[in-house]
Amino acid sequence: MNQKYLLAFTIVLGVAFAPLLAMVQAQPQAAQAAKKQTATTHQSQPVEEGQRIFEQNCSRCHTAPEGFSPRISGTIVHHMRVRASLSQHDQQELLRFFNP
Amino acid sequence: MLRPILNFTFSKMARSAKFAAFALTLLCAVRYGNAQDTPLLSGGVGFFTSTNGGNTSYMPTIQPLLDAPIGNRFLIESRAILLENFSPKGNGQPGYDHTHFIGLAYLEGDYFVSPHITIVGGSFLLPFGTYNERLSPIWIGNFQDGPLITSLGTMSTGTGLGGMLRGSAISRPKYSFDYATWFSARSGNEQFNSKRSSGVRTSLYLPPSRLEIGLSYDRLLQGPRGTRGENFYGMHVWWEPANTAFRLRSEFARGHHAQGYWIEADYRTQAFGGLDSWIGRFEPVFRMQQTFRRDTVVSDGLPLVNTQRTDFGFDYNLPHNTRILTSYSRQFSSSGNENIWETGVVYRFLFPAWKGKSQ
Repeated sequence: MNQKYLLAFTIVLGVAFAPLLAMVQAQPQAAQAAKKQTATTHQSQPVEEGQRIFEQNCSRCHTAPEGFSPRISGTIVHHMRVRASLSQHDQQELLRFFNP
Repeated sequence: MLRPILNFTFSKMARSAKFAAFALTLLCAVRYGNAQDTPLLSGGVGFFTSTNGGNTSYMPTIQPLLDAPIGNRFLIESRAILLENFSPKGNGQPGYDHTHFIGLAYLEGDYFVSPHITIVGGSFLLPFGTYNERLSPIWIGNFQDGPLITSLGTMSTGTGLGGMLRGSAISRPKYSFDYATWFSARSGNEQFNSKRSSGVRTSLYLPPSRLEIGLSYDRLLQGPRGTRGENFYGMHVWWEPANTAFRLRSEFARGHHAQGYWIEADYRTQAFGGLDSWIGRFEPVFRMQQTFRRDTVVSDGLPLVNTQRTDFGFDYNLPHNTRILTSYSRQFSSSGNENIWETGVVYRFLFPAWKGKSQ
């Protein structure tokens, strides 16, 4: 395939579909995953704050691991404080989210 | 960045084992005051194949990561890379050659000075752009290969040996601002190879719109006449709309001799039973990248001629932290066009390093 056509095609495809997909997925039904996560925890304010921090900082780079021992939750938030440049407050809220 | 150990010997392995045993003994001696602070072992195990021009290479690898907090303010962290690469001999000869790499990606100590300042010392990943620090682990990256501009601004080694100040300067629900500034000394050590350099990265994140914009700058402070004082500039933009599994990431970097960019988009649908349904586990990925040479001095690891590349990936997120990565790439340059087919499977592990005491 001609190089120019392939590049033009991929750019057009990306520009056309990216916002469309984003809009479709922004519908209320799309919040299922977040609800599922919340359902396993208490609905208190600190946990919601922790969940927000988790979604905005950790999930930005990687999907959440499928469960881990609570004995390493403190170590994980130490790690995330460095990697995601969290403040101490964010670190504490994240730990509360992991151990509601 | 990987550093080959070409003259790897068992005496060196024994020395490394002694060092590791000493480190583990030291860590075991530490009383962990908090039951949640047990050291952890994480990382990824992967098997990758890459086919280019009809030649297929195979690469099994394991990249373990150790995190060991000491008290509430100190953390030791390290990631190692062990891999074997089997590639065809070429020139019409049958069979495969193989090379191996064993090395530490980084080994750093982090001290939490205040709520907004962390001091990092040791061998650390250079915080230039986003790929090196955030996306280079095999269990995170959507593609087996890093972007073509990965080596720009990361001083060819990807790591620095020295100190870094970093943290979140401001963190509010509507915006946050983080920073990292560092200095690295020159080191020819096999495990901690680095160049004399310094740099800074800042980024602004807007949670309501899930938009991040960041700037990076660093400067090479060593080298032969003409290359000393090389400056590197970078910019990254990430956008991840709320309540979606769509992510758009991009990065631009400019060096003294070359520049380039990459744009990557990935998406998982939640419309058919959520992310954990069999359809929701599919993850189409697309990446577009270009590099441009500014002169003919090649010192940065970028292609020797202007290059354009599109990557089409199709990943599948299996249960139990396992991912299948597949991609097709078409690369265009005046030195020849290429098709690159890649497949791989990665398992991510995460568990306590040893049985801790419960409180």
